[in-house]
Amino acid sequence: MTKYVLRIVALLYLLFLLVLPVGLIGWRTFQHGLAPVWTALSSPEAVHAFAVTLSVAVWAVLANTVFGVGTALLLVRHRFPGKRILGALIDVPVAVSPVVVGLALILVYGRFEPVGGWLRRHGLQIIFSLPGMVLATVFVSLPLVVRAIAPVLQELGADQEQAAHTLGAGRWQTFRRITLPGIRWALAYGVVLCLARALGEFGAVAVVSGGLVGQTQTLTLFVKERFDNFDSTAAFTAATALALIAVLSLLLAKLLRPSTERSRSRVVAEASTVKGDNH
Amino acid sequence: MAIEVQGINKSFGATPVLRDVSVDIASGSLTALLGPSGGGKSTLLRVIAGLETPDTGTVRIDGTDATRLAPQRRNVGFVFQHYAAFKHLTVYRNIAFGLEVRGRPKAEIRQRVGELLDLVHLGQLADRYPAQLSGGQRQRMALARALAVQPRVLLLDEPFGALDAQVRKELRTWLRRLHDEVHVTTVFVTHDQEEAMDVADSIVVLAGGVVEQVGSPGEIYDKPANEFVMSFLGPVTRLGGRLVRPHDVLLSRTPEPFAVEATVTRVVRLGFEVRVEAATSGDDSAGTDVWAQVSRGTADGLGLAPGDTVYLTPQPA
Repeated sequence: MTKYVLRIVALLYLLFLLVLPVGLIGWRTFQHGLAPVWTALSSPEAVHAFAVTLSVAVWAVLANTVFGVGTALLLVRHRFPGKRILGALIDVPVAVSPVVVGLALILVYGRFEPVGGWLRRHGLQIIFSLPGMVLATVFVSLPLVVRAIAPVLQELGADQEQAAHTLGAGRWQTFRRITLPGIRWALAYGVVLCLARALGEFGAVAVVSGGLVGQTQTLTLFVKERFDNFDSTAAFTAATALALIAVLSLLLAKLLRPSTERSRSRVVAEASTVKGDNH
Repeated sequence: MAIEVQGINKSFGATPVLRDVSVDIASGSLTALLGPSGGGKSTLLRVIAGLETPDTGTVRIDGTDATRLAPQRRNVGFVFQHYAAFKHLTVYRNIAFGLEVRGRPKAEIRQRVGELLDLVHLGQLADRYPAQLSGGQRQRMALARALAVQPRVLLLDEPFGALDAQVRKELRTWLRRLHDEVHVTTVFVTHDQEEAMDVADSIVVLAGGVVEQVGSPGEIYDKPANEFVMSFLGPVTRLGGRLVRPHDVLLSRTPEPFAVEATVTRVVRLGFEVRVEAATSGDDSAGTDVWAQVSRGTADGLGLAPGDTVYLTPQPA
């Protein structure tokens, strides 16, 4: 009996929290057929918002991939003073509200602040432009790649890398031929998570971008702006697009995650079948 | 000398692991680094390979100073206890790794790997992945991989430690034969004295980060430098205040000059060998336990039973 009550409660909870709102967005989007959806999607503002979102996400993912792999290697493979502090600092972006992140970035890189002013005099505008938005996105998605690959690196151990060194491989060769193949699925998983987070980020980007229509407006900012201006078709269409992208990345992540375990268990099964023919 | 280790000190944090260690290893020899766990033998091997940096001291390989050289420039072959197989590469690609990294031509790699596959009897399994091999096969693959680059020295860190007893014995006989074929200077770490004496032609006993003795298996067994080495290399018993091998205790039913009087407490027959346990009456009232290892013939001749008085003389006296 309690089993069924629990199931119904869980289903109702999900229905009102997730299925109903997301479903309604989809319904409202396609309420009047495909024509208004197409019109809304092909407006110059929407296309531009897509482009901005994409370039911010790509740069942020690139930065976080390089930084994530480097930091994970540093944390797992090396011993140095301050290692625990670094490990703790990496998780800060998860705890801090994105709005705070945005304000903090303005405090450093704003046009009238020392650092921002200096950069501006050298022709680089950070706040209210693409670099600032990338910076904010990098900040909020900072730990995702590190946390995805660090445990796999740990489990992999340093033996294979040391063996590669003794066989004459330098640092880069060892990384490319041994470490990278060992962490590739975890890295792909981290990258997909990071991409999903980057595409959906609102708060931090809203603060640093200025939300200039047709200039620094990302897809999430576009949704908010259209909604505030009672253009619900455009808002819902863009929202549906965002939701679809999110679902796709989640599916991709799900696909990547168990595939490593599946291949591992397959290998183990094969190993146990060949155990018969001796060493 | 293929390897000259001079005055090596190494600490992990505040714990000294190697203390002023100096060892010379002759070209073409098969040397065992023998000692209890935590004695520093693996660390010494890793210092020779460049996987650890010594705090002080020098390592010379083939006459050139290698102390500050990165492992990839030392041209040593290293075999790990847990194989360190490249899991995502086939047996063939594992063995070819060192040659591929050096950018050797494909044809040369194919030929060299083919030779090595034959040498370690893995020709049939070239396309398998390490996860599809048994422990013994993996270790042979690791050995072939290390030999592929024609290293100046071959270093093995407890190479048979993770294998079961049967495979272990086969593999160490095989290693001995391999060494006689390939003649590469080989150093292996073990905590098993039987393994060291069986395989090596020279043994370095290392304990507490200090070299206790260096010599041939015979020298180390028969002329141990101290009581530690003696008790580590084989069974010992204490008779008349000094350590002796149980098979060097002479038993007699009649008093002999310098013999120690004792009472038999137990006679254990272990096939060919008979173990006689006795308690000496000694100077102190308690007396001490001593045991002797004799052949079945000797034991039968003496006809010992618990409670009998026996006279024990250490040999050579």
